[in-house]
Amino acid sequence: MSDYLEKLDHVTDAADPSYGDTEIQNYTINFGPQHPAAHGVLRLVMELDGEIVERCDPHVGLLHRGTEKLIEHKTYLQALPYFDRLDYCSPLGMEHSYVLAIEKLLNLEVPLRAQYLRVFFAELTRICNHMLNLGSHVMDVGAMTPNLWLFEIREDCLNFFERASGARMHAAWFRPGGVHQDVPLKLLTDIGDWLDTRLPRLFEDAMSLVVDNRIFKQRNVDIAVVSKEDALKWGFSGPMIRGSGIPWDIRKAQPYDVYDRMEFDVPVGTNFDCYDRFMVRVEEVRQSARIMKQCLSEMPEGPVASFDRKVVPPKRGEMKRSMEALIHHFKLYTEGFHVPAGEVYVATESPKGEFGVYLVADGSNKPYRCKIRPTAFSHLQAMDFMMKGHMLADTTAVLGAMDIVFGECDR
Amino acid sequence: MGHSAPRIAAIDGIAQEIAGLLGPMLVETVDHADELSFTVVREKLADAMVLLRDRAQYQQLMEIAGVDYPDRPERFEVCYHLLSVTRNHRVRVKVQTDEDMPVPTVTHIWPVAGWLEREVFDMYGVIFEGNADLRRILTDYGFKGHPQRKDFPLTGYVEMWYSEEDKRVVYKPVKLAQDFRQFDFMSPWEGAQYVLPGDEKAPQAPGAPTPVTAPLPAAAAPKGEPAGATPKVTEKSEDTGAGEPANSKGAEKSPNAPVKPEEHTDEGKGAAKPEDKA
Repeated sequence: MSDYLEKLDHVTDAADPSYGDTEIQNYTINFGPQHPAAHGVLRLVMELDGEIVERCDPHVGLLHRGTEKLIEHKTYLQALPYFDRLDYCSPLGMEHSYVLAIEKLLNLEVPLRAQYLRVFFAELTRICNHMLNLGSHVMDVGAMTPNLWLFEIREDCLNFFERASGARMHAAWFRPGGVHQDVPLKLLTDIGDWLDTRLPRLFEDAMSLVVDNRIFKQRNVDIAVVSKEDALKWGFSGPMIRGSGIPWDIRKAQPYDVYDRMEFDVPVGTNFDCYDRFMVRVEEVRQSARIMKQCLSEMPEGPVASFDRKVVPPKRGEMKRSMEALIHHFKLYTEGFHVPAGEVYVATESPKGEFGVYLVADGSNKPYRCKIRPTAFSHLQAMDFMMKGHMLADTTAVLGAMDIVFGECDR
Repeated sequence: MGHSAPRIAAIDGIAQEIAGLLGPMLVETVDHADELSFTVVREKLADAMVLLRDRAQYQQLMEIAGVDYPDRPERFEVCYHLLSVTRNHRVRVKVQTDEDMPVPTVTHIWPVAGWLEREVFDMYGVIFEGNADLRRILTDYGFKGHPQRKDFPLTGYVEMWYSEEDKRVVYKPVKLAQDFRQFDFMSPWEGAQYVLPGDEKAPQAPGAPTPVTAPLPAAAAPKGEPAGATPKVTEKSEDTGAGEPANSKGAEKSPNAPVKPEEHTDEGKGAAKPEDKA
């Protein structure tokens, strides 16, 4: 038997086509740009050998809107809503980097309650984002029910955003110097109840269907294994780098706002595959709920925005009584505030990974340059080496575990 | 206390350590807002990056950002943002270049640089020597120009339309219904270069000296035309592109007036004439 196998070892079909074999060539297919599993407008040009992916060339930019160019023509405050529209699944996470970058250039102190509120709603955003990602990942590999349950939670989150800011998705609620307006006490107690009852019940129910499911594991375990070295080389961040076993979390390593007061664990993967990335996100949802509960118990009373009237506009009630407040309001909403010249790179842990803003100010009321560092860009670039040697059907699992949103990738 | 942006613990003597490491490759070190920037000699960029990765533990390249300063002799700045996950520290490495001088690629050091360099090439036209796959990435297939340059207009040069004749989308030159409005918010008390209307009539009154003008912020972007040349006047309608007065609608003929039938084709289908139904 063994010598027969040895003889066969060097024989290939091409050298010695036997009866019934037909020579086939690699062929190229288009995946997207309008494919439900492409999570937006992604075009993948894939070279296939049978069903094995040999090469995968993602074409991005189909949703490019020139956000960075537009921001250069807007005042600092006018540019803020563009950030909601980058990663529209986690809008407040995008705003967080931007307002922190402005505050760093201005060296502006933010009141404690505003910092707590920001952390609180940034974590709610994380839950909201992971609900969409986990659900669509599960659905991409074949399960329907969990997605519907997770969308229930997402709907709750969006209702909370609406009650805080007036908008379900594009909140524009974080502002340089704090947050736009205070939240009612009832909202905080409602979210507290929700964290204790509804969120765990729905979430754990949905997860109990998935995490030990045989089919789900067959589709994800050992798919697209990324070593620690590769994760570093390819600029991974967020759940992707933690899924590769590196305990790196900007909230822990370089804390911003009040994350240094929060107690939470950083989950890491052990097998570095798609299943690990999924499970890292599952655990992050529980940790986010933990952070939110701490925020609720520790959040102090007080102002929710800085009193620096050269940056933060006064409230309407104040404008009715004070001439100076009226002038400040007028100047801040027409000319806007001036930011001293300088440049900063501020990166926060958005739900998808490191979301950075490289802000160059020239002393005027508009950013001279605002480079946005999207998370999806470097993750999607690694698609080629992650897909090599996998089946065509694994594409959806790999894409789902990357958590890509094209508003942010293409800007 | 100050700002609450990500707090990165400063490492004592890190600037000197990197300066010693880079040696003659280093041009300038800037320490601003607790962030270190190192400008290096363009040709030596790849060597400097290898040193930073292998000797100073900056394992990750997070971002490559281009910036355009049209006033400088070498107008483009390419900023590399490095992160060390072991030392928990960030640095920025910069090189300067212009439209023609290529920047050495770093794709052999960090494969992630492939797309990041493609983006800088797409947006600014900076050429990266050694990048095997320097295609456009964010703009459309067949796009011309480099949109992030300061001299590229915000509206671009072409816009997309669906052509009824060709039955497909086509590019046409941009036509704006209203002029793009760029407001100059520079306060007349601080930075205005022009004489306010009426001021030229009044000589300096004794005892009331003009307040000292504040120093202008460093002028960076070429903002349309220099403010000093032309006095500010109200815009004419041909400048703003405003349409004809709204009451011109009143001059139109009423639907009952006898008109040629083909003129009705443009109008909404909702106002169907009785004979249509028959």
